[in-house]
Amino acid sequence: MTNLIMETKDFSFTYAGVDAPSLKKINLPIEKNRITAMIGPSGCGKSTLLRAMNRIHDLYPNNKYEGEINLYSNGKKENILDLKKENDLIRLRQDVGMIFQKPTPFPMSIYDNVAYGMRLAGVKNQSELDGRVEKALQDSAIWKETKDRLNTSALGMSGGQQQRLCIARAVALKPDIMLFDEPTSALDPISTGAIEELIAELKKDVSIVIVTHNMQQASRLSDYTAFMYLGDLIEYDKTDTIFMNPNEKLTEDYITGRFG
Amino acid sequence: MNRLLLNKIILVLSTLSAVIGISFLFWILATLTYKGVSSLHLSTFTQDLVNGGIRNLLVGQFTMALIASAIAVPIGMFAGIWLREYSNQNKLASIIRNLSDVMMSAPSIVIGVFVYALFVAPFGNYNGFAGVIALTIMMIPIIISTTDNMLALVPKELREAGIALGGSKHKIIMQIIIKAAKVGITTGVLLSFARIIGETAPLLFTSANNQFFTMDLTGQFPSLTVSIYNLATYPDEASRELAWAASFVLTAIVLIINLTGRYMTRNKK
Repeated sequence: MTNLIMETKDFSFTYAGVDAPSLKKINLPIEKNRITAMIGPSGCGKSTLLRAMNRIHDLYPNNKYEGEINLYSNGKKENILDLKKENDLIRLRQDVGMIFQKPTPFPMSIYDNVAYGMRLAGVKNQSELDGRVEKALQDSAIWKETKDRLNTSALGMSGGQQQRLCIARAVALKPDIMLFDEPTSALDPISTGAIEELIAELKKDVSIVIVTHNMQQASRLSDYTAFMYLGDLIEYDKTDTIFMNPNEKLTEDYITGRFG
Repeated sequence: MNRLLLNKIILVLSTLSAVIGISFLFWILATLTYKGVSSLHLSTFTQDLVNGGIRNLLVGQFTMALIASAIAVPIGMFAGIWLREYSNQNKLASIIRNLSDVMMSAPSIVIGVFVYALFVAPFGNYNGFAGVIALTIMMIPIIISTTDNMLALVPKELREAGIALGGSKHKIIMQIIIKAAKVGITTGVLLSFARIIGETAPLLFTSANNQFFTMDLTGQFPSLTVSIYNLATYPDEASRELAWAASFVLTAIVLIINLTGRYMTRNKK
């Protein structure tokens, strides 16, 4: 209990203009400095749940949150669904980073991409920026490839490099949690390997939630796995248990490829 | 057999149509170049209309078009940004978008009459400001539509990525989304400038024309296009030659701006 970074309590989510909720009373703990994988067939709600964890749904109007999502940051408990002001949401997103399926480099230099979030957060000191950009790029295993071309456009990098740049960009803000939404599904196997290694490395400093369609990835990478189906959390347990000895028949069927 | 024959007939018909269409275009360009270049002299550019040149007309036309752009570009861009980024595609947005599209295809003479009634008739004299206003009204819907469409091409993930890094909405739009759509929007601005620089009808009874060099927008203002319209109907040879020269210069300007716009999109996209 003490080692939680986040937990959802009876969390339901309904998209704007839809009657039925897409997520139904989800109770999911996220352990600190661990990797939690969310698996399940398309439309099961795993991405919807992930995107609630940094309230990115708020970009679009009239979505409905119910229940609680508690963030345990700096020894404080905070229900992020209570946040109302834009400034509070901005602070939340600095604590809870997110990486998307497709790499999303900004149309600016590599350096500026990494510095962007820090500049938004109000870091102005040039030497501090330089230091944290380098640290973030090193932590994201992309410093060697980029150190001589920091001022060139990030759009000229390969897909895998762009994705690691996006991770560096998020890491630079020193978040508590990083949310990965199918981060490797647009990448080739070699880039995928690099990203997976990186994620495994990152968990020393940050708690990680990853949504993936790739069950090998979930079993290789994660410490805990949540299996979702049609808006319900069917089963949550240690990854080994989920993959070797699941409690639910549905989980077993999905993992053994009988549906999905 | 029948199928192959039909194919041939359609091929011949479409080729023929293309050739006819393009040959008219070349006919116009060739005549314009031939008549225009032979009527061009150095003095055409150094003298004002009163002395048989187009210096004041060029300056006047560009002045009005540039002031119109300075007003229309920010208004149109912000309206486009609102439509795409802030309206959440509600009912009001779709009404505005439709109205703007209608405005874009409104006959330019109608805009001229409208501005005449509001900004010329009450003051009793043609004036440059009225011309600027007419051109601005023409330009705004084009800029709105360009901005709207170019922003629509920016993937929504880029907005989400910016928000996820702790950006506020307006910062992400101004610092990232606009930048990502920069080439398209710039091209649209250039093309709409090319459009209004060649307009006659909105100026005909707003700014009208002036034979002399002037920068006074409260009075009649020199215009290249209105001059072409007037000169072409004069009986004397010199006037008609000047009309050809002016037409050639105008066409060259529009062509260069258009090509620049197209070149930019091709290179940077």
